[in-house]
Amino acid sequence: MSDTATAAVRLQGIVKRFPGVVANHDVEVTVRPGTVHALVGENGAGKSTLMKILYGVQKPDEGSIEIDGQTVVLATPADAIARGIGMVFQHFQLADNLSVLENVVLGAEKRHGIGDAARREIHRISAEYGFDLDPDELVETLGVGARQRVEILKVLYRGARIIILDEPTAVLVPQEVEALFANLRELKREGHTLIFISHKLDEVLAIADEITVLRRGATVATVRPADVTSHDLAELMVGSELPSPSTEESTVTDRVVLEVRDLRVEDKVGRALLSDVTLRIRAGEVVGIAGVEGNGQTELVEAVVGIRRPSTGTVQMLDADVTAWGTRRRRAAGVGYIPEDRQRHGLLLDAPLWENRVLGHQTRAPSMHGYWIDRHGAVADSKRIVAEYDVRTPGVNTTARALSGGNQQKFIVGREMSGDPVLLVASHPTRGVDVGAQAAIWDQIREARRRGLAVLLVSADLDELIGLSDSIRVILRGRLVGTFDPHTVTPQELGSAKTGAGDEAVVDEATVRR
Amino acid sequence: MNLLPRVGVGLAAPLLAIVVAGLVTSLVLIGVGDSVAEFWGVMFTVPSARLTVGIVNGASILYLSGLAAAVAFRMNLFNIGVEGQYRVATFAAAYFAGQALLPGYLNTVVTICVAMVVGAAWAGIAAILRVTRGVSEVISTIMLNAIAGGLVAYLLRELGDQQGQIRRTTTIPESSWVGGIPLIPGESSRVYGLAVLAVVAGIAFAVILNRTRFGFDLRATGRSETAAVASGVNVKRMVVSAMLLSGAVAGLIGMLDLFGNSHAYGSTIQVGVGFTGIAVALLGRNNPVGIALGALVFAFLSAQSNALGIEAGISPEIVAVTQGVIVLSVVIAYEVVRRYQVRIEQRDVARALERDRAREAGALS
Repeated sequence: MSDTATAAVRLQGIVKRFPGVVANHDVEVTVRPGTVHALVGENGAGKSTLMKILYGVQKPDEGSIEIDGQTVVLATPADAIARGIGMVFQHFQLADNLSVLENVVLGAEKRHGIGDAARREIHRISAEYGFDLDPDELVETLGVGARQRVEILKVLYRGARIIILDEPTAVLVPQEVEALFANLRELKREGHTLIFISHKLDEVLAIADEITVLRRGATVATVRPADVTSHDLAELMVGSELPSPSTEESTVTDRVVLEVRDLRVEDKVGRALLSDVTLRIRAGEVVGIAGVEGNGQTELVEAVVGIRRPSTGTVQMLDADVTAWGTRRRRAAGVGYIPEDRQRHGLLLDAPLWENRVLGHQTRAPSMHGYWIDRHGAVADSKRIVAEYDVRTPGVNTTARALSGGNQQKFIVGREMSGDPVLLVASHPTRGVDVGAQAAIWDQIREARRRGLAVLLVSADLDELIGLSDSIRVILRGRLVGTFDPHTVTPQELGSAKTGAGDEAVVDEATVRR
Repeated sequence: MNLLPRVGVGLAAPLLAIVVAGLVTSLVLIGVGDSVAEFWGVMFTVPSARLTVGIVNGASILYLSGLAAAVAFRMNLFNIGVEGQYRVATFAAAYFAGQALLPGYLNTVVTICVAMVVGAAWAGIAAILRVTRGVSEVISTIMLNAIAGGLVAYLLRELGDQQGQIRRTTTIPESSWVGGIPLIPGESSRVYGLAVLAVVAGIAFAVILNRTRFGFDLRATGRSETAAVASGVNVKRMVVSAMLLSGAVAGLIGMLDLFGNSHAYGSTIQVGVGFTGIAVALLGRNNPVGIALGALVFAFLSAQSNALGIEAGISPEIVAVTQGVIVLSVVIAYEVVRRYQVRIEQRDVARALERDRAREAGALS
């Protein structure tokens, strides 16, 4: 940290008054060349904004950026690329129906053309770092890990020496994370500088040479992994004591709230997205669904909420067969729904918060009075949610769009917990919210569970799944392949079940339970 | 505290658009060599009493047309077919009323219902194509406009009476006519009696959209179809309902003149009202009060332009340019203002967050 003159990247006094969400201020980051530098912080701490500044997507209001000792102005990503900076986004930016080669050369045709020269270069990079990529393979045939390597290759192909990786492990299963880390070490050995954004502390400690912690937009410390524990890091991130999602004694009752039987959901051409799904949730029970994204979680949730029609099978709620019911009727009967994609499915972004209180509750008090919108009721209840769930907003007339993602999520959770639902269908209920709010949401779910709420919980956060669930079901390729007891299961076991690695043991347990 | 500037910027957009349109019009006039001063002199003459009544009448008709378009627009449905719906409905209504199957005002009331049903049915064709076959309502309503024109012309030949040079439907019995409302004392021309329909429709529009579940579902679908589906809205049913409603309002457009002035459907029917309504809805931002203002502006411009040829030797068609530019610039201006408002709002949110932080920091120390 002392040899600042040769720093690969040096950010000094960066201030970004990014309206509304999180502003960066007092940011001091020095990244030494040839190291892995981790940037950690809670969701919303300003990591992404800072990296967008470094990648030229956003301009800082104050402060300076130095690359290799030279002060630079990065007005566009093209400037950043010209300076040897590359970014691997969390959400892959690949065209599925194009080959690896085509994806890589797209927009960089001038480097090595689009033909054999480019192919040779891709082969060379792939071999050098052990990427194991065939330039002519179609991207749609690649798995998540390989797609990520294509993204990294794209960046290297454009001549990047400083590579920003935005939460690269978020989409990977543990085994893939190991492979990624091997690639990253290889890159480091070849002299590349890596900036690794994450909020998974064990991973950061495993891969980083230095760690800078961001809290509420400002850098609060830069440490070496040898000097800290993950607990220390977490406290630096949060700035206070840590919550945990642990459940207390079981509150499971005998009353079955949701019973899904032999459910099969097909896509438009008749391929099964879900098959033979049988699931039962009792009052006071939380059933967690673990799985790699895209294995049928979305379809399961949508079938339970009534957005998607099953081709066979039944859904029963309390004593009623609701298979033929539409979403409105199910919601009126007491289904709370926290959707996976809050902005697309959970909010009217351009409507004020109080109108968003009505959304999904168009048949129920306090936001409705029979057929009429009860504006006063909706406003009053929105204020209650804002207060109880600590939604940071100037008022309930503010549009949902103006709030940060975490605050939007808190509002949705508050809304869906209103009116004593009997069944809560929650997809990633705490994704993107800060640790304090996460704890509050967990408390709310636990409290409601004690009062007899049945919860279908889909989450990618293993701590959340293990901490809240009474039992965990693993979903793989549209089938429920195993059942685990959250008290005894380890993240490794879940990880291998999610990828289908440990099939046998899992099937055993599943049969025992039936 | 923040309310005042926001209302200010809300009004700024249409005013800005009108000013820009004025400038563009002036430039066109200069380019052609017409007198800008004379043009504006004529346009800003205080309208005579007769002209004022004409403006109110024109605005009432445009208002209904704007409402018809706005109902669909609020749901992101682009009903370009208001014109066709209006023509078919007005013809059907005129024919029905001319048969005098019912006495007096009963004939009037039932005829208005017929117009609404026929307008709705014509719009319903587009709705059904959309929900069953996925045909874009933009395409189908444009096609239906053309078909409507042909169909009405054909039916007029088959069912209408020849009166001198023109063909028209049988004149409605006088007992079913709706008399005018005297607006200005001493002035003989009167405001359409059925202009009250425009007022009633405007109020109904505001109440249904802002206060009822149906209105909420409609607006929610317009803002985010995915969120509406997740909240339990049956989007297909909403598409059909909104189109039917839009067509029903379109059916009302022709009633003012039918019962108040022409008393029959003939070749003198006002053409293009349905398209102007789309412009008026855009100008008024699909808001019932905004549409009223937009309708007045358009009616004012059209009425004032009549004198241009006589008094300034300028072709009145130049006003169509003004109107067109207003619509174009208003779309841009609204987007600019929208972004500005989002920024203001995000700044407010940021301030609230800062305050919270400051308070927390204070509590900690």
